[in-house]
Amino acid sequence: MSNSSSSQGHDSSSHRWNHLKKVLERPGPFCHPEFECSPETLNFLMSSCKILVVGAGGLGCELLKNLAMMGFKHIHVIDMDTIDLSNLNRQFLFRQKDIGSSKAEVAAKFINARVPGCNVVPHFCKIQDFDSDFYRQFHIVVCGLDSIIARRWINGMLVSLLSYDDNEELDPSSIIPMIDGGTEGFKGSARVILPGMSACVDCTLDLYPPQVVYPLCTIASTPRLPEHCIEYVKVIQWPKENPFDASIDGDDPTHLNWIFEKASERATQYGILGVTYRLVQGVVKNIIPAVASTNAVVAAACATEVFKMATSCCKPLNNFMIFNDIDGIYTYLYEAEKNENCLACKPSSIPKYLKLTSNEMKLQELIQLLMDSPTFRMKNPGLAVNIEGKNRTLYMSTVPSIEVKTRENLKKKLSELDIHDGTKIMIADATTPNTIEIVLSIPTFMEMSNE
Amino acid sequence: MIKLFSLKQQKKDGEPTPRSGNQKKASAAQLRITKDINELNLPKTCNTEFPDPDDLLNFKVIICPDEGFYKGGKFTFSFKVGPNYPHEPPKVKCETPVYHPNIDLEGNVCLNILREDWKPVLTINSIVYGLQYLFLEPNPEDPLNKEAAEVLQTNRRLFECNVQKALRGGYVGSIFFERCMK
Ligand SMILES: [Zn+2]
Repeated sequence: MSNSSSSQGHDSSSHRWNHLKKVLERPGPFCHPEFECSPETLNFLMSSCKILVVGAGGLGCELLKNLAMMGFKHIHVIDMDTIDLSNLNRQFLFRQKDIGSSKAEVAAKFINARVPGCNVVPHFCKIQDFDSDFYRQFHIVVCGLDSIIARRWINGMLVSLLSYDDNEELDPSSIIPMIDGGTEGFKGSARVILPGMSACVDCTLDLYPPQVVYPLCTIASTPRLPEHCIEYVKVIQWPKENPFDASIDGDDPTHLNWIFEKASERATQYGILGVTYRLVQGVVKNIIPAVASTNAVVAAACATEVFKMATSCCKPLNNFMIFNDIDGIYTYLYEAEKNENCLACKPSSIPKYLKLTSNEMKLQELIQLLMDSPTFRMKNPGLAVNIEGKNRTLYMSTVPSIEVKTRENLKKKLSELDIHDGTKIMIADATTPNTIEIVLSIPTFMEMSNE
Repeated sequence: MIKLFSLKQQKKDGEPTPRSGNQKKASAAQLRITKDINELNLPKTCNTEFPDPDDLLNFKVIICPDEGFYKGGKFTFSFKVGPNYPHEPPKVKCETPVYHPNIDLEGNVCLNILREDWKPVLTINSIVYGLQYLFLEPNPEDPLNKEAAEVLQTNRRLFECNVQKALRGGYVGSIFFERCMK
């Protein structure tokens, strides 16, 4: 961000980028059919293209290194974690002295010092700490995460940034591509998501294997595996004895030691072998051992996709690549399909607009309108809004304890309920398979007087 | 395939995108739970209680069985729905101390659809039915409270007696149960 344009000009004309120029300034048989070669492309990549890297762990370190070496200069990185000794074998931007420091901050500092002209901006926080204005500034988001929840959150955020015109046509300039890498031991995947156009994370949730869950009664009465003993301490004994007056922190050695001790006792009692501190750590933190080479391959594929997206020089990966290097090397590419019922991105989850005459209308009248309107013809709509991140139930007739507490809203005007032009209302009704969102369009006084 | 590059260049200088996008899309969990709650269709023996009607993610379900061993009792379950719902099941605990083979004294409930057999197509409604079924057909094969399960398997009369004692408030063995009659 702070680079002066003169240094950029100097940079993009230096020999350092000759290899990129060969790709970007000449046509070729493998080019994207609409690719126009020009020096402008490299200039864009270096001077305006803004990339967000989510995660500064195993994949994140590789991604930051790759992107910086490719010429991207405006990179942000988010990670809420701090550096642990066990990261150092593969997260090569970190050294022993960095243990305990923020991954994002150390990684950014390393890259900025090592790659001249590159400006990585670190964010030592959670992805949820930023709102849509933050995410909207990026051209491309690339994720190296180990959590499905975080992936889904980013996916939902990018879907929410899409805008549609009055004919419900997607405005392509509102699309921020998401490149998502993932690894689990010797297995990895890289995928390209064009929110609103191609399969999103939620469309393909079944691809993410659920965590191993043991039946509670097995854990409690008939344990057979060392994992059963650890799960028992985690799920039953910890909440019961609450030894440190806190919930389990998988990074706290005193917590892990307590679980290790209790799980060993239980294992002895049932004659089960194999409870070790490492296994405790693995079960509690749900760790799958990370393999450096898998990270490197997946990150390379992701960084290449970022490059292709940013320059349009080549068709992007379409759209899901699987990689496995446990027995030789295996890759497979297929096109994950959009799920028409996806809760995150299905076309019907595009908010619909409902025109009202004024926000002096009462909530009861709005509900009546939803029931009478030929477009909706609802039966028992339950309404909620999300105002500044907080959910509020406006009315729900079907659940007595909610009905009693929200009944008085019926007589209130929409303006009194903080509902205005552009407010998005969530509506659940027996007539639709999912909750739908409706954006109210209420003319302001100015518009009305113009008409 | 769209060509994003040229579009992006126009977009740069970041004028905010119009209309939608101004408001964040509700989370998938929130959308789904709103649907689940609005469509709750419970038998007359079951009730819900929402301490905060704006918070659909945390609530209680009260079950008053009208037949079986537990007829006349009143049992409260707390439901906590997480951000990954419906990919993950809600966390359900029994807040009423109960003498039951599949519910331990800490309120852990052994019901397959709450753990290993959970599927995103299941709903809050399915769980409530599952819980209700536990009171009609306690299952000694999958015990969380081993003592209760053994009694149920070996001496149904005694089990029935013990349940009655616990419901009315009293000791079963060395464990005291608070009265939980309707
Ligand atoms: Zn989707």
